[in-house]
Amino acid sequence: MSKKMHIKLKVNGKDEEFFAEPRELLIYTLRERLNITGPHIGCETSHCGACTVTINGKSVKSCTMFAAQADGAEVTTIEGIGGPDNLHPLQEAFKEHHGLQCGYCTPGMITRASNLLEENPNPTEEEIRFGMAGNICRCTGYQNIVKSIQAAATEMNAAKEAAE
Amino acid sequence: MIPAAFEYYRPKDMAGVLSLLEEHGDDARVMAGGHSLIPMMKLRMADVPHLIDLQDVDGLSGVEIDNEAIRIGAMVTQADIIDHPELAKVAPILREAALQIADPQVRYMGTVGGNVANGDPGNDMPGLMQCLDASFRVIGLDGEREIPARDFYEAAYMTAREDEEVLTAVSIPLPAGGYAYEKQKRKIGDYATAAAAVQIVKDGGTCASASIAMTNLSDTPIYSEAAGAALVGTTVDEAALAAAVAAMLGDIDPTEDNRGPVAFKNHVAGIILRRAIERAWSRA
Repeated sequence: MSKKMHIKLKVNGKDEEFFAEPRELLIYTLRERLNITGPHIGCETSHCGACTVTINGKSVKSCTMFAAQADGAEVTTIEGIGGPDNLHPLQEAFKEHHGLQCGYCTPGMITRASNLLEENPNPTEEEIRFGMAGNICRCTGYQNIVKSIQAAATEMNAAKEAAE
Repeated sequence: MIPAAFEYYRPKDMAGVLSLLEEHGDDARVMAGGHSLIPMMKLRMADVPHLIDLQDVDGLSGVEIDNEAIRIGAMVTQADIIDHPELAKVAPILREAALQIADPQVRYMGTVGGNVANGDPGNDMPGLMQCLDASFRVIGLDGEREIPARDFYEAAYMTAREDEEVLTAVSIPLPAGGYAYEKQKRKIGDYATAAAAVQIVKDGGTCASASIAMTNLSDTPIYSEAAGAALVGTTVDEAALAAAVAAMLGDIDPTEDNRGPVAFKNHVAGIILRRAIERAWSRA
């Protein structure tokens, strides 16, 4: 047993403070310590991306980061992107275009897609597929995930134009 | 999935890193992006009682470009490489290769220094750095030294860096001519079945110089001086391509694994090198 560390994080806008062993992976901090169970665990080799969250503006696989590394960071999970009463355009689009089936990859998919659209608001199909390549889905065959992201991009760009 | 317990440190400067390495010796490891080390710790293939996180250490995240060379700090990420407009201009092969490494999430975290220091022959940057004749700066308690990339790799996970040394930067002489990084892989994020880095200079219609290195076809990256030499003075015609491939095949030593048997890997290596040379030549 190693010395516990004092860790502070901001998760979905809320300050969190706790003591944890250095070996605690961020995905376990989120799921088991903070009960933020949207991010999932689909593998142990950093391939699947089901645990994807946004840390200081970047998509990160939270299974491959220790909570200690994220000390001081701002973390956004699917819960911070939108909920049942305030769906994000991506969540709306995944629903509308059947971009999910079992739903296990979806939190990571949408969290990653939100970061992708921030960096590239008008991605081509190829750019979407490449930009989402760190997220595996067993159900959809990806086709409808691509459509969902395209639809959300269109929606978000229209909303941005309307606001200007 | 569950790593063994360890003590965690996040020093603010290199002096702090070195004193931890001195204190704990073999029991300490530095961590950059963590995307090779943490997976190994989760599988209990790496035992790291003392983990030194480099993220707060000053001076490791810059990219400097002057008239002769590029200096990339060890903590520069693959995503930083891809997004760097000046770098894309002076050494476009770096971006071309980085886009073939891992996936978006891993590229936000994984660093150039970690990629070259790791010592896994599957990593793409080591062969690329040998092609570009880069050198690696390491710092230890006795000071700093530069190690040429072409002398750095000794065997799988065995490099010229001593345990108590830290790789701080990669220096690359400004590359000239056409370039290509060609990689055959089973899917996104896979290490190469075979990959080739080629940098080639054209003078008139003939090849003035060529540098060739191969990835994941031996227990180290392979700089094939003979393959490059086979192109020099030619118009990079069919005979020259065949000679370069034959020379390269004499230098590599692939082993059988899930990516295929040795005969297949030799075959793929030849195809990949041809494609890389042809693309580099078309850009020269």
